[in-house]
Amino acid sequence: MHYGGKIIAGLVIFLALVSLPFWFNLGSAAYKQPQVELPKNEKNCIESKEYMRAHHMQLLNEWRDWALRDGERTYINSKGKEFTISLQKTCLRCHTSKEKFCDKCHQDAGVTPYCWDCHVPPKEAK
Amino acid sequence: MKQSRRNFLKFAGISAAGLCLTPAAGALASGKAHPIVNKAHLKAKRWAMVIDTRKLNTKEQIEKLADACHHWHNVPKIPTNQDIKWLWDASYSESFPEQENNHMAEELEERRFPLLCNHCEHPPCVRVCPTKATFQRADHIVAMDYHRCIGCRYCMAACPFGARSFNFMDPRLHLDMDNLNMKFPTRMRGVVEKCNFCVEKLAEGELPVCVTKSEGAIVFGDLTDPNSPVREVLRKDFTIRRKPELGTEPGVYYII
Repeated sequence: MHYGGKIIAGLVIFLALVSLPFWFNLGSAAYKQPQVELPKNEKNCIESKEYMRAHHMQLLNEWRDWALRDGERTYINSKGKEFTISLQKTCLRCHTSKEKFCDKCHQDAGVTPYCWDCHVPPKEAK
Repeated sequence: MKQSRRNFLKFAGISAAGLCLTPAAGALASGKAHPIVNKAHLKAKRWAMVIDTRKLNTKEQIEKLADACHHWHNVPKIPTNQDIKWLWDASYSESFPEQENNHMAEELEERRFPLLCNHCEHPPCVRVCPTKATFQRADHIVAMDYHRCIGCRYCMAACPFGARSFNFMDPRLHLDMDNLNMKFPTRMRGVVEKCNFCVEKLAEGELPVCVTKSEGAIVFGDLTDPNSPVREVLRKDFTIRRKPELGTEPGVYYII
């Protein structure tokens, strides 16, 4: 090998840089799912917990087109129960705290949905 | 079984048919959740409004309606030329510039006319919108989808009635945040907004805010139904519409 020393030194530096995040997080606590505050007076959401956790953004996306563009403002869920299609009148009536429910996961996941630019979150109890 | 080309094609055909069927079967089995129209909603083929300007013609009266409308829809009051308006007042010559005559009746010259989005039959704003953020519903209400509006303002240029306003700034800066109507969202900076004939109230079986507040001076109904209150008034009184020569066929009629 003509440039053996340089190549191996370069490889070591490269590997150290690539694995830096692993060294950086070594010893810190494992990831924990955020603890959201669930509504006190309602037991069930409009769909199952697992479905809502994974798909609430798709659901809200469908809701906004159904209500606004198709004029269909009543949602029949997979169990046949009816709900009014409205972020403010339905979702936020049970989830009364944006800080303790929505923001917890959104901050954790590093997403900033712009729903709140227009839709008014319920007033936080101070 | 001996593998032959004939057998291979047979099985390929069957499995291809199966592939076509599975999505349909899946949709039948799981896709039960779906939206429907509210049972109480008001239906029409073509919504229209008749405004009796013999009863409703002063600045104060129209301001009262505008305040109610603007409060319901969280429309901010911005004390500059960047103000947002869904319902406003104007003089005869401003409202009907092509139908002005010489030596008009004095009383008519003093009248103020309530103006709002006309929800035209052939809305030029809808034709020019590049994102289909403004669209015409089946009942001829011209609605805005603020989720899609990119703020290009083509619709404002196309609208011959000046019925649209642009949010140059965050409207919440000029709204009383403690006194919002929580049943209706606000808008954000950079979208165009306008009167929506209260689609959200019609969907719940209620009449538009200005109609209920007008004490009978504004009549609202289905233009295609000969028995509707709108047609009844149109049969009785002479009405005009704004800028009829443009062919947009406005849905707001004025009794003079």
